Amino acid sequence: MEFSAKKRAEAAERPRDWEEIRSDFPILKQSVRDHPLSYLDNAASSQMPQDVIDRLVWYHSGEHSNVHRGVHTLSQRATRAYDQAREKVARFINASETKECIFTSGTTESINLVAHGFGRLFIGEGDRIVISAMEHHSNIVPWQILADEKGAEISVIPMSDRGELILDDFDEMLEGAKLVCVNHVSNALGTVNPIEEIVDRAHKKGVPVLVDGAQAIPHMAVDVQELGCDFYAFSGHKMCGPTGIGVLWGRKEWLEKMQPYQGGGDMILSVTWEGTTYSDLPFKFEAGTPSIAAAIGLGAAIDYLESIGMDRIARREAELLAYGTDRLQELGGIRIVGEAADKASVISFVVDGVHPHDIGTILDDEGVAVRAGHHCAQPVMDRLQIPATARASLAFYNQEIDIDRLVAGLYSVKEIFGV
Amino acid sequence: MSMRALYQEVILDHNRKPRNFGALEKANRRAEGENPLCGDNYTVYALVDDQGVIEEVKFEGQGCAISKAAASMMTVRIKGKSIEEAQELVQGFRHMLTGELEGGEKELLGHLTVFEGVAQRPERVKCAVLPWHALLAALEGGEKASTEGEHDVWHEE
Repeated sequence: MEFSAKKRAEAAERPRDWEEIRSDFPILKQSVRDHPLSYLDNAASSQMPQDVIDRLVWYHSGEHSNVHRGVHTLSQRATRAYDQAREKVARFINASETKECIFTSGTTESINLVAHGFGRLFIGEGDRIVISAMEHHSNIVPWQILADEKGAEISVIPMSDRGELILDDFDEMLEGAKLVCVNHVSNALGTVNPIEEIVDRAHKKGVPVLVDGAQAIPHMAVDVQELGCDFYAFSGHKMCGPTGIGVLWGRKEWLEKMQPYQGGGDMILSVTWEGTTYSDLPFKFEAGTPSIAAAIGLGAAIDYLESIGMDRIARREAELLAYGTDRLQELGGIRIVGEAADKASVISFVVDGVHPHDIGTILDDEGVAVRAGHHCAQPVMDRLQIPATARASLAFYNQEIDIDRLVAGLYSVKEIFGV
Repeated sequence: MSMRALYQEVILDHNRKPRNFGALEKANRRAEGENPLCGDNYTVYALVDDQGVIEEVKFEGQGCAISKAAASMMTVRIKGKSIEEAQELVQGFRHMLTGELEGGEKELLGHLTVFEGVAQRPERVKCAVLPWHALLAALEGGEKASTEGEHDVWHEE
């Protein structure tokens, strides 16, 4: 089942066009409420191409067993496929060692793992945790829990009205800080944050940096060594993989010092009543039977993305973002929220006089799927003094026609509401 | 269902110009209604006399057109009613939204049947019912109604 080799050989011969790539996604071929589906909620969850679906079917049909503990053939097959998935992850983000890649259930668990394993060990009373103003709740709440428990403080890197971080006082904020937590790309605004600069300045003060990469990993080539951060967290289901799988990449030096997150099977070398010796990385952090199928599915998603090429995906999405931004601006009474100079393909917007939920319902009636709400980023909404936004988030398999249908739907919104 | 059937003119009108909007200083009943998933948040105020008649009712807060119009039309309808009558209306309103109207309830609801289309949009039922449950919480001496968690408006069912 070497999809990757075949795909890469094909891709080398001729780049497949976007029409063909879109047709890899069976879910996009349906109609919703008598309209062709335009799926523009990719930041919430992306769709899976047939290759990934097939890989899951094949795993369940011919390979499934538990991993790392069987002498029999199926267990060996499952173990091999699972281990290969980890190798693919490591290659995809350019980790220096495969064992630095921990499988988790998703970005949220990855961050909680760091809050638990790193935070409890290295963050104490009066210490500071620096968090950006544009984080998703999953990169806020674990730190609030930890800060409450330890008596630590949280400092917030402010952001501008355009949705860009203001780093003027960042160096002062780093005094007494034990960790910086920042997303690579904002899920609510699309802002791409200057991770290399943040890491550079934090490291000068000896402060490690955790990056929430959930919204970056599907959109651009990510090289954790080049970014220089200490932890990088992401989810499979936002990068054409299944739900229930995610990754925490961490520097070996930190991971080795950290305490296990959960205890159980598969993470031990030996257990006696006198005491327990933990396994080495990465297994120390993977107690219990993992999401084997989902991990293998994630590996297939990586193969698929690489067959297109992350740089090509980034260029395509930049085209779609520019097209979408232009078309939305031609409509009066619409304001785009998040206007950073460097943006991923996320368009958050508000329509004067219409609540985002009503926009979402009317668009859905025309087959256009967007997210409406606070996007699990209430502090971002509070900062911008809006209750919620509607958000169209684009993936490489979207096309201009999806944006045209969004705009047509917005004309309906304006007509119905008389604005 | 067409969107015009959901967003009827009367709903849009109440959304644009909500009636009885604002705080009620002399209220003796008050409760908040919130949907933490979408951020809709209303406060319902009522002034109830010794006989259990709702003399005045107002609301404030923010949310979508469905929830705001539901709140506005609710205040118009509920003024002068007894607590028992309000409870009957809430029950009828809920039955309409879940497609379980019983005999006589449609007549009881009258104008409020403009929200019947919401039943076709299950994800929006919580929007329409939110202010009603805040009212119920206020009348029954509670302080909070929520679409989620322990204050979940469907909790008892």
